[in-house]
Amino acid sequence: MRSENPNATQSITQVIAASSLGTLIEWYDFYIFGSLAVIIGQQLFPSDAGASALINTLAIFAAGFIVRPFGALVFGRLGDLIGRKYTFLLTLVLMGGSTFLIGLIPSYSSIGYAAPILVLILRLVQGLALGGEYGGAATYVAEHAPVGKRGFFTSWIQTTATLGLFLSLGIIVLTKNMLGSEAFADWGWRIPFLVSILLVGVSIYIRMKMHESPVFTKLKAEGKVSANPLKESFQKKANFKMVLLALFGATMGQGVIWYTGQFYAQSFLENTCKLDFNESRYILLWAILFATPFFVVFGSWSDKVGRKWIMLTGMLLGVICYRPIYQYFIDATNVREFEKTSLANVSEPVTERGLATNKTDSLITTTVVKTLASGMTFKEVKTETIAAGQVGSLPESAVAIKDVTLSSSTYIMVIALVFFQVLLVTMVYGPIAAFLVELFPTQIRYTSMSLPYHIGNGVFGGLVPFIATLVASFSGSTPLSGLWYPIGIAALSFVIGAVYIDNRVDNNVMD
Amino acid sequence: MNALKKFLGLVWMLLGPVIILFLFMQASDKIGLAAEGIDRTNTTLQWSIIILIFIPICAGLVIFGYYAWKGEYEHLPESSSEL
Repeated sequence: MRSENPNATQSITQVIAASSLGTLIEWYDFYIFGSLAVIIGQQLFPSDAGASALINTLAIFAAGFIVRPFGALVFGRLGDLIGRKYTFLLTLVLMGGSTFLIGLIPSYSSIGYAAPILVLILRLVQGLALGGEYGGAATYVAEHAPVGKRGFFTSWIQTTATLGLFLSLGIIVLTKNMLGSEAFADWGWRIPFLVSILLVGVSIYIRMKMHESPVFTKLKAEGKVSANPLKESFQKKANFKMVLLALFGATMGQGVIWYTGQFYAQSFLENTCKLDFNESRYILLWAILFATPFFVVFGSWSDKVGRKWIMLTGMLLGVICYRPIYQYFIDATNVREFEKTSLANVSEPVTERGLATNKTDSLITTTVVKTLASGMTFKEVKTETIAAGQVGSLPESAVAIKDVTLSSSTYIMVIALVFFQVLLVTMVYGPIAAFLVELFPTQIRYTSMSLPYHIGNGVFGGLVPFIATLVASFSGSTPLSGLWYPIGIAALSFVIGAVYIDNRVDNNVMD
Repeated sequence: MNALKKFLGLVWMLLGPVIILFLFMQASDKIGLAAEGIDRTNTTLQWSIIILIFIPICAGLVIFGYYAWKGEYEHLPESSSEL
């Protein structure tokens, strides 16, 4: 199949492949930082917990919430002025270059505060580049897609965010398993960053060979390129009202469903349910693997039945199902209750002695591995702290559960429930590129669609962990209280989308 | 449906300031609870960024509500010439 441009020699398959590969790599680059944040903190940040937290706050908050929407404006404007191809080529170079350089930064013990400052600068560049990439790739593919197939073709771009997460988790788990935990924490964590340059190199080579979008080329030939895309997007009421509608009626709800299904689920299993590091990641990997084809299924279906109700159904199902799903996670991993009736085996205790974090008190940790009749295992770690100079006094002790592994049947059930959440992600995310592209005119499309997308995903979605933790800290809260944030935002977006958005598919994106 | 769109416009206009007020109250509460020193600076920084980014978003929600109240969403554009 050929694209709509009669002069183009590239097939739509090449257009999709070139765009998707680059976007996938950008997501991969963005996620490995988040996935390796703890190790980066240990290697490149000062050991002073306070200073480290401050830099981390800037790296996470500023990159995600300020720089990303800012990147959408900067590169969106550029894309509407000079073209889609060169703009998203530039974002790829910036993202790949900064990721590679993060992998080369010497440790804090070698260069002191220069290390975290360099991390911060490169992380901000990553946020900026990500803000510019998605709008360009989605617009580029949509402007090549034939009538009646726009949802199907842009859905391939939609798979990239999830596949980027899959690739980052996969490479991290693979590298860690090959090198061992110690070598990985020492130097192996740099490999996923350095690998990025190879992936980016291939992607740049492919993208260089691609032509400019036929719709933009035509616009440029006719001298109709916007003189000031920012002004036209946000100062012209007719267009600005559509930007607001896209944000509040679609991307805001889509963002929280995306982050809850793919980040909060894994974080909840690891931190609240105390699942083993690898186990929680394998669960997400399986869920993503099975669910990813549905991006294309829902994208394609949206060409036939419209984008609106597929996206809104995904939001509504999230609102209804999140609490029962997460309640199951808690119930299924309640090893304290299970051991009362079905404890099958307790290992010999392993005792380690060392110094507490204050470097003066003594610390004794005793670990036993308990196995339940169902096959579930977990570690029970008893920590005793003896204050310096008070030998003979009663130690302060605490018992913690960690590294829970599930029985086969529970493991499959948990994968199924995470799969269901990722399925909701595919419903809200599969059709959204086509929906956004059709909402705005060619002259200002890149700018107009990038901002609501990155506010919806970067701000509303990116804040899911922070606000969920905040809500869980309110008095009288339960481990499920954090879910009220994504449920509330998805419900609000559902109501706005249901009442105000049109289900009509705009076949003409040439105007 | 158009009456509902208009009525909800009032709700969105009210919701924007309510969210900002809620965020300021939460910020004040959480900053007050944080231990003095770098912990408090960090909490202040986090909340400053959140409030900074949510003020324009909430302003956008109020504008969205105003447009809805004025009937701007009764008919959505069917081609780019209407934008």
